[in-house]
Amino acid sequence: MAPLLEPSTGFKFDNVKRNQMLADKGHLLPRATKTGTTIVGLVYKDGVILGADTRATSGPIVADKNCEKIHFLAPNMYCCGAGTAADTEFTTNIISSQLALHSLNTGREARVGAALTMLKQYLFRYQGHIGAYLVLGGYDVTGPHLYAIQAHGSTDKLPYMTLGSGSLAAMSVFESGWRAGLSRDEGVELVKDAIEAGIFNDLGSGSNVDVCVITEGNVEYLRGYSTPNQRVAKEQTYRFAPGTTEFIVPNTTAQRGEEEGTAMDVSA
Amino acid sequence: MPQLKPGEISMGTTIMAVQFDGGVVLGADSRTSSGTYVSNRVSDKLTKVHDRIYCCRSGSAADTQAVADVVKYHLALYTAQHGEEPTVKVAASLFQQICYDNKDNLMAGIIVAGWDKVDGASVYEIPLGGSIHKLPFTLAGSGSTFIYGYCDKLFRPDMTKDECIEFVKNSVSLAISRDGSSGGVIRVAAITEDGVERQVVHGNNLPQQFLG
Repeated sequence: MAPLLEPSTGFKFDNVKRNQMLADKGHLLPRATKTGTTIVGLVYKDGVILGADTRATSGPIVADKNCEKIHFLAPNMYCCGAGTAADTEFTTNIISSQLALHSLNTGREARVGAALTMLKQYLFRYQGHIGAYLVLGGYDVTGPHLYAIQAHGSTDKLPYMTLGSGSLAAMSVFESGWRAGLSRDEGVELVKDAIEAGIFNDLGSGSNVDVCVITEGNVEYLRGYSTPNQRVAKEQTYRFAPGTTEFIVPNTTAQRGEEEGTAMDVSA
Repeated sequence: MPQLKPGEISMGTTIMAVQFDGGVVLGADSRTSSGTYVSNRVSDKLTKVHDRIYCCRSGSAADTQAVADVVKYHLALYTAQHGEEPTVKVAASLFQQICYDNKDNLMAGIIVAGWDKVDGASVYEIPLGGSIHKLPFTLAGSGSTFIYGYCDKLFRPDMTKDECIEFVKNSVSLAISRDGSSGGVIRVAAITEDGVERQVVHGNNLPQQFLG
């Protein structure tokens, strides 16, 4: 009888017990960067509009003030990602490359339903351990489509939806403002309002609004469509006049000569 | 006993299926919840797995969608492989095999109902453990507990299609009014030899009843 072989791929849960013991002792465990996030999508007259905020958090700290949460999947499909930043980034990358191969294989533009099936089967296989919550939107030969995909692998098809920690704030805007057959400008304004509701009312969301408008054969990626959180100019100058710090005994040491090894290249 | 994992989407749900002479009527609410937040208030829990075979899904949204997709795939291939259309019994057996073999990892309560040439109308229930029960009518989901008495009293085996549709609408409506995990619209599907007829009953058109 062959002994049970350890699988060489997939998740390893060997350290779970050890980590739990360390956590109980009071050690701080490293935290994955999450995209606190407000992401939204809506279907309008001529296509789909996706929107996202741009704050990435690591616990209570803002890790990235201007990250990109609207990921490219195919020339006619984009995907907003909430949850663990690495998971959304890599999941969309993997499926994007699979879609490119699929498109070359079939000789056709990829369909949104194909991306949906690939994403949901991939996430279901990992039983929710890959923390990717996605809003998938695109325009293919069968028209505009908008889907929400949860980390455990369930999907919903809706004319408008919101995901992420700011989803409740954004949904309140959609529920009062969405109607069938919105024009492009009305749709973009509604998306912007929904994301801003998340930015200002949810601590996990912040910074700018990114918008992506997908229509038949055309995509408008409006990075930084709205920037309501610009840093204001400093009101005073904080320079200290030379001589502010008194010194008692001046002590200068000559620089040592150049050491071994090459100096860091800072020319870029 | 499988539990919903933290953050996993549940389909609180009220689902039911009723058999009549010549077909079946399936009914469901449309609420999908994630904790206390309703993530989809217009979801479609009546899923087509073949031309005249539908299933009602309750439990984990991810698990039931995945299982239904696998069964749909097998049934699509069935006709080519066996030279005849699959029966509702075959569909229910496929569901049962998956739900039983993976009982530790799935949380899926499914009702399979439809019409076929061999047995006519059939309704099968496959609860959490993966057992299979053929019944003239059945209920499932968290909201079903509130309407067992109502349904047991009112069901008759000799109802017409329209009487069945009324029965389903009234029952689901009552369950929605008492169960917090059920809500939204009522979706109804009537399956007969001639095809599938789908209806949606919106909140403002729900049957009259005591509202407290």
